[in-house]
Amino acid sequence: MKSPPKHAPSRIASTEDLRTFQRMMASALVRPLTSDDKLQPRWIDGRPMDEVASEFIKPNDRLTSFERLQLYSRMYWFRLYDAIRDDCPGLVAALGERTFMRLSQAYLARYPSSSFTLRDLCSRLGQFILEKPRLTAPRTALAAEIARFQWAQTVAFDGESRPVIAASQFARTRPSRLRLGLQPYVTLLALRYPVDTYVLALKRRDALRSEASNTPDAVAAVHRKSRRTALPRPRRTWVAVHRHNNRLFYKRLDPAAFRILESLARGLTLSRAIAAAGPRVRPAQVRDWFTSWMALGWFCAPGNKRRRAAS
Amino acid sequence: MPANRFNGHSDYGIGIGLRVPHYAHILSKKPVVDWFEIISENFMVDGGRPLELLDRILEQYRVVQHGVSMYFGSADKPDRTHLRRLKALVKRTKTPWVSDHLCWGSVDGAYTHDLLPMPYTFAAARRTAEKIRQIRDTLEVPICVENVSSYAEFHVSEMTEWEFLTEVVELADCGILLDVNNIYVSSKNHDFNPYDYVNNVPHHRVGQMHVAGHTKFEKYILDTHDHPVLDPVWKLYAHATRLCGVTATLLEWDDKIPSFDEVHDEALKANEFIDGAKKAAV
Repeated sequence: MKSPPKHAPSRIASTEDLRTFQRMMASALVRPLTSDDKLQPRWIDGRPMDEVASEFIKPNDRLTSFERLQLYSRMYWFRLYDAIRDDCPGLVAALGERTFMRLSQAYLARYPSSSFTLRDLCSRLGQFILEKPRLTAPRTALAAEIARFQWAQTVAFDGESRPVIAASQFARTRPSRLRLGLQPYVTLLALRYPVDTYVLALKRRDALRSEASNTPDAVAAVHRKSRRTALPRPRRTWVAVHRHNNRLFYKRLDPAAFRILESLARGLTLSRAIAAAGPRVRPAQVRDWFTSWMALGWFCAPGNKRRRAAS
Repeated sequence: MPANRFNGHSDYGIGIGLRVPHYAHILSKKPVVDWFEIISENFMVDGGRPLELLDRILEQYRVVQHGVSMYFGSADKPDRTHLRRLKALVKRTKTPWVSDHLCWGSVDGAYTHDLLPMPYTFAAARRTAEKIRQIRDTLEVPICVENVSSYAEFHVSEMTEWEFLTEVVELADCGILLDVNNIYVSSKNHDFNPYDYVNNVPHHRVGQMHVAGHTKFEKYILDTHDHPVLDPVWKLYAHATRLCGVTATLLEWDDKIPSFDEVHDEALKANEFIDGAKKAAV
C-alpha cells in the first residue's frame, strides 16, 4: 500500500478522493496493535490517534471515533492471525504463542495480503522467517522449514493438476531428449529437520484433544502430554508433499530420488536427471521409483521452469 | 419479487450456506434442500478436493455463488485474476446470479479481507456502479449487491445507507441481496429505524435475502453468524417479504456451526413468515 495521506479528504468528489479516503482508513487499521491489542495512540506524524480518527469517523453516544476504528483494526488483525494459525499450526507449536504472534505481526506488516483469498496468505512466510531470523531465534531454521512445509500442504490441497503423461509417451522419446514436468501440486522439499513427522505428531495430538473434548480430565491429560510434544532433532530429510485421490500425503524420498525429481522439475532431460542421482544408484532402483511416481500420476508435460524444489 | 431479472428469473426458495462441517452429512444423507449458497472464493482454486466436492454437490443440488472479496466499492480496478477465476467458477456452477457486498476492502492491491463500509457519497456511488457494470459484463450473469453490517460512519457521507444502496443499484441496474440481519445490526450501531431502510430500497430489485444471527455487546452489535436468527430480525424479514414478495432466502451460519439439521431447521423457519406475507397479500 502506498504511504497514507496526512489527512482523510474532507469530501469525496472523485475516484481519486475515494482512493485517498480508503488509503487513509486502510493504513490506520492495518497498523500493528499495541501489546494490549489497542490502536496505537499516535498516528505516523505524531498526532494523537483519536484526533486523526475523529477527522473522518463519526462518534456516537457509545463509541468514540477512535474506538470505532479500533473495532475494525482488531478484527483485521485477529482475522489474519487466525488465518495464519489455521494454515500453520506447526509454527504455533514450535514457537509458542508469543513468538508466533510477534512473527505473524511482523510478517503481515512486511507482506500485507496481496491476494483476494486468504488461501495465499502464508505463501511468503518461510522466506520472511529467513529474512528476519531474530524473530524466531533460536528456532529459525526449523520455523522456516515448517512454514515451507505447511505452504506445500496448501498447494497440494488445491493446486492445479495437469494431464498425466502416459507410459506409452515415455517410450516414444529417447531419454536424452525426454523432458518431464512435475504436477504443480507436488512440492519437493530438502529439509534439515523431519518436519513431516513433527506435523503428523501434532495432528495426532489435536485429534486426541478433540476426541477427548467432553471429558475434562482426559482433556487436561492430553494438554499435559501435548506440551511435551518434542521438537524434531536435526536430520536431513527429503520429502514430496503431494495429493493422491485428492487426499494429502507426504512421501519420504531417497536423496538420489530427490535429485532426479528436482532435476526433472528444473527442466533437465530424463537421462541427465538420472545421471544427477549419482553412480551408486542401481537401474532397478530407478525403475522402481519411476513406477511408483507414475502410479501416483506425478508426471505431466513440462510447463514453465519455475523452481519447484529448494534445499 | 420471486423471480426477476436480478436472480436469473429463478424461484429458489430457502437455502443454507454450504459449510465444511456439513459436507459428510450432505454427501451421505443427501438431505432435501432447495439450494446451497457457496462462498465463491473457497472454490476459486485450480484443483483438488474443493472442486471434487463442489462437483459432487452440483450433481444433486442447485448452487448460488456468494463472494466476499470483489469489493465493488474499492477505488481500485477489478482484479483480473479474481475475475478470471470467478468467471470459470460461474461456468462450472451455472449459478443463476452472483452476489457480493456493497463495501470496499482493498486499496493499492493490498487486501484487508474485511467488508469495510462505504462513504455514502455520489462520487463513490458512481465509481461503485461503474465497477459493478464492468464485472457483470465480464461474468455475463446478473449481480446482486448485499448491504453490509457496519460499525463506523463517516463525516464525508452525503446520504443514508439505503439511499446510497439505491443510488448504486439504479446506476448499475443490478439487483439487491437484502441482508435483513445486517440492516438490523447497523440500525442498532447507528441509531436509525431499520424499517425506514427496508421501506425505502427499490423492492423490485431484491433478488435474494439473507438472515443470520448476531451478538450483542455492551456498546455495539456484531454480525457474528454464530446464533439462531433473533426475533427482531425475523420480524424485519417478514416486513421485507411483504414489500418485496417471496424471495430466495438464505440463512448464514458461519461460526459455532451446529448440526446440518439444526441449521436447516432454523432456515426453514422463514416459511412461517413467508406464509404470513402470502396471507397478507391475499
